[in-house]
This record gives sequence, structure tokens and C-alpha cells, in this order.
Amino acid sequence: MASLRVLVGCKRVIDYAVKVRVRPDKLGVVTDGVKHSMNPFDEIAIEEAVRLKEKKIAKEIVAVSCGPAKCQETLRTALAMGADRAIHVEIAEKEYEGIGPLQVSKMLAKLAKDEDANLFIVGKQAIDDDCNQTGQMLASYLDWPQATFASEVVVEDGDLKVTREVDGGLETVKVKMPCVITADLRLNEPRYATLPNIMKAKKKPMLKKKPADLGVDMTPHVEVLKVDDPPTREAGVKVESAEELVSKLKDVGCI
Amino acid sequence: GSTLVIAEHTNETLTPVTLNTITAANKIGGDVVCLVAGTNCSKVVEQLAQVKGVSKILVADNEAYKGFLAEALTPLVLATQQQFNFSHITVGATAFGKNLLPRIAAKLDVAPISDIIGIESDDTFVRTIYAGNAVATVKSKDPVKLFSVRGTAFEASGETGGSAGQEEAPKADIPTGLSSWLGQSLSESDRPELTSAKTVISGGRGMKNGDNFKLLYALADKLNAAVGASRAAVDAGFVPNDMQVGQTGKIVAPDLYIAVGISGAIQHLAGMKDSKTIVAINKDPEAPIFQVADFGLVADLFKAVPEMTEILAK
Repeated sequence: MASLRVLVGCKRVIDYAVKVRVRPDKLGVVTDGVKHSMNPFDEIAIEEAVRLKEKKIAKEIVAVSCGPAKCQETLRTALAMGADRAIHVEIAEKEYEGIGPLQVSKMLAKLAKDEDANLFIVGKQAIDDDCNQTGQMLASYLDWPQATFASEVVVEDGDLKVTREVDGGLETVKVKMPCVITADLRLNEPRYATLPNIMKAKKKPMLKKKPADLGVDMTPHVEVLKVDDPPTREAGVKVESAEELVSKLKDVGCI
Repeated sequence: GSTLVIAEHTNETLTPVTLNTITAANKIGGDVVCLVAGTNCSKVVEQLAQVKGVSKILVADNEAYKGFLAEALTPLVLATQQQFNFSHITVGATAFGKNLLPRIAAKLDVAPISDIIGIESDDTFVRTIYAGNAVATVKSKDPVKLFSVRGTAFEASGETGGSAGQEEAPKADIPTGLSSWLGQSLSESDRPELTSAKTVISGGRGMKNGDNFKLLYALADKLNAAVGASRAAVDAGFVPNDMQVGQTGKIVAPDLYIAVGISGAIQHLAGMKDSKTIVAINKDPEAPIFQVADFGLVADLFKAVPEMTEILAK
């Protein structure tokens, strides 16, 4: 049925292995000279789309990123993983600092309509702001159903049967397309882009847009007043045996 | 001002995070109204009526809310907001709340504030970013403030002494056909629930396999503890994901947290470092978990854990 056009959101974030540092002005964290990568949950989203194409369920995958010029590197990674083309909504660094999932999901919603998407997959959350909102807000702006925190996606009679990771275990929902899926950790294991595919990705088309082209108001809704280091914990004492541990815990009234 | 708390429950019982959310809502000031939407959920309404700090309960009992789908609940919350014009709408930052609140927020054209750990004023909230490696204080400029609450950051509201009256929630459209709930497979356990347990024992890669978790269950039985796991243990297939403590799993802050065979990756620390007392048992004295542990025991867990269980059995 290879008929679906799948859009995938890809956010450029500070690499998960980097220890972030609060900026001297205490209004953000240091990003200059810090390694960035695709948000790991968005890598899973791309991988899921590529697998749908390999199963001949999807016909085209469009990777989308909203942010500063360097997001194009993130999009090249998505193209190297198997996306067919990319759309970069370029937002100046300063303006980007003021916006969040609300503005981004509006831009993605407009692109979903323009591109006549059947399915939009995004990571369940970005590991920088930890908001966990974009997919749900995107679905809401489009009035599409949402299947969040997905750990399995199966096509069944033209609908999607999605297994979701919830607090007590798993649940299964059925959603009609078009819809939004947000990828959780166990949905798949993303592939590494191979060198030949990285080379091929350089030739794949990348469309550039501005927020104004999409008619989205970029007025900030949230103001960051300050960013602090978290309270630190001091290392305590070492105990020598299980017996000593139990007696210490009894002393402090823990057990 | 007045705050709407969207109650999370199973139709049988109130989910504990709702009690923490009610406490957070009361910090805003003004009335706290709870919305209970479910299917045959009268028991929950009775339970909630006893809870301190609730001024009124709105009830929407309908077959359509089976599975608590965001597509069905959103129009209900919007209709409720239209009638009562709350200054704040809040929910626990759980799978339920995280799924629902942003969908409502988009319809109100409001930027929700996720997973707050503090309330500075009626428009200023504290939340963690970068997996807890930085703490942001943010101000909402929206006319209505939507926020989700990290349960471990607020005390639970008392379960007795309240006297909230109930009334029917406003009628709302129910979208048909968009999505349907097929079922769930929840992990059955007689032990306390991970995010509300007073004591949590978690195992990591050092447990070597899933079968060895029985050592932790035996100790947990002595301490009335919940059992969790690191992402490494989940990824290795030792235990199911709903046991995961960490940035991508559950955030816990019990009185006592015992990390067994866990090295202490940053992602794991994000999920447990607000625990009151932390114990680490690991044979590697260099494991980063010892840097946050109040009590560290450098030992073979396969020896130390059964010893603890035995001592506690005496």
C-alpha cells in the first residue's frame, strides 16, 4: 500500500553525553563549542519512518527541523538514515531562544497540511528542555488523533495499532490516519548512517523556509527568569558490611 | 484565581499523584476544583470528596472516557474551562498528564509548563531541564496557566478531612472514530507503587540477569519497598520498562533509595537524586553512584543483599 507520506520532526540538541554547564548570565546553558546531535528520541522517530518505507507502507519520508542554521546538519543525518528530503524552517538564534513547543508545533502543523502528510512522527521529548509537548500540541492543532510514547506501531486495516508505554505497563490504542505518533525508547534501535549514505544525503533536497512563510507568530509565551545549577549532594560515608549498613539505616530511622 | 485539577484515577481508585497535584494547586491560592472523568468512577468521587484542599468536584461519568484518551478528554476540559474560567489548569506529570495537558494547551493557545518542581508565584514555576542537570525558573505570560506537577516535589494532600461537594461537569462533544482504546497489560504487583513508595530498591546491570532480581524482591518484602531498575537493566531485558527509574523512566524521591549494582549514569541520577537517603551497593569503588550516596557499601551484591535480608528477618 506504499502510499503514506511521513513527516518526522528532528530537533538539534546538546549531545546526550555532554555534561551541560549553566551560562554565566544564568539565563541558559553553554552551547558554544559544545557537541550537538539529533535528539535521541527523534532518531528513533526517523528510524521508525524508514522501517515503514522498507516495509513498503510509506512512500516518502520528509524530515523537518525548526531552528538555527546548524539544524541543517541534523537534517543531513536524517537524510543519511533514509529520509527522502528535508525542510528546514530557519529561525535566528536569538528568536529561537524565546520559543518552545507551542510555536514549533504550529509550524509543524502548517507543514503537515502543506505536505499533505498522513503520519507525523516525533520523539516523545527533547532531552534539552524535557518538555514532552510537541507531538501532542501538533496533533491538537491539526485535530488529529495522537499515539504518544509508542513502543510498537502496526498497520491494521488502514489504521495504526500502537502500543504505548504508560506508568503501570503497556496499553494499546488504535488511531485513524492522519495521526501523530511520539516515539519512546523501545520503539526501535536507530541505525547508524553509513558513509555511502552520508555521501548520498548531501545530494538530497533540502527546502528552506522562514516562520513567516508558515504564518506562525513567534511571540514568546514563556520567559526564562533564571537557570541554576541543581543542588549538589555530598557523598556520605562508606560502610564495611551489610550488618553495619543495616545498623546505620536503623540509626537514622530509615528502617 | 481558581485552579482546575484533572484527577488521575483508575475508575476504582485515585492515582496517588493526584494528591500531590492538589497540594501544588493549593499553593496557587484560590479555589481548587477537581475534574473526575471516567467510566463508572463514583468510587473515585467518594474518595476525592474526603481529600483536604478540594472545594468542588466536577464529575463526567461516560463510557466515552474509557481508556482516558486525550482525544475524548480534551473537549470536556475545554467545555469546563469555558464555563468556569479557571486561572490555572493542572495535572500530575505522569503518562496520563503528559499525554493530555499539551493537547488541551494547544486548543487554548497556551504554552504549558511541564513537570514543575516548585511554584514561586501564580505565574512563575520551577522545573528541571537537561535531565535535572539545570533548574529553570520560568514565567508564563499566558492568560490561563497550564502546568503538570512532579508528584515527588509536593507533599500528598491529606486523604481525610475534606468535604467537597460534587456536581456534574459541563456537557462536551465526544469525538468519534479518531482513536479507540483496545486494552492494557499492566504489571501486577503486591508491592508498593514505584513513584509513591517510601522505600525503593533498584537493580542495575550488576544484577547480571532478570532471575537475580528475586534477591531484591526478598529484601523489598522485608522493607515494604518498591523495586525499580536502571535503564541498563531494562535495556538488557532483565525487567520490564515500567520499572525504569531515570530520565526516560520514572522520577522517584522516596525516604530511602537503595541502588544495587547500579553504576550511577547521569540519566539514572536524574530519576532518584532527590531521595532523602541514598544507599549504594556496588563492587566497583569508583562507581559514580557513590558520589551521591549517603551510605556506600563496596561489596559483592550477591553476598551483601542476602545478608541484609537475613539480618532484617531476625
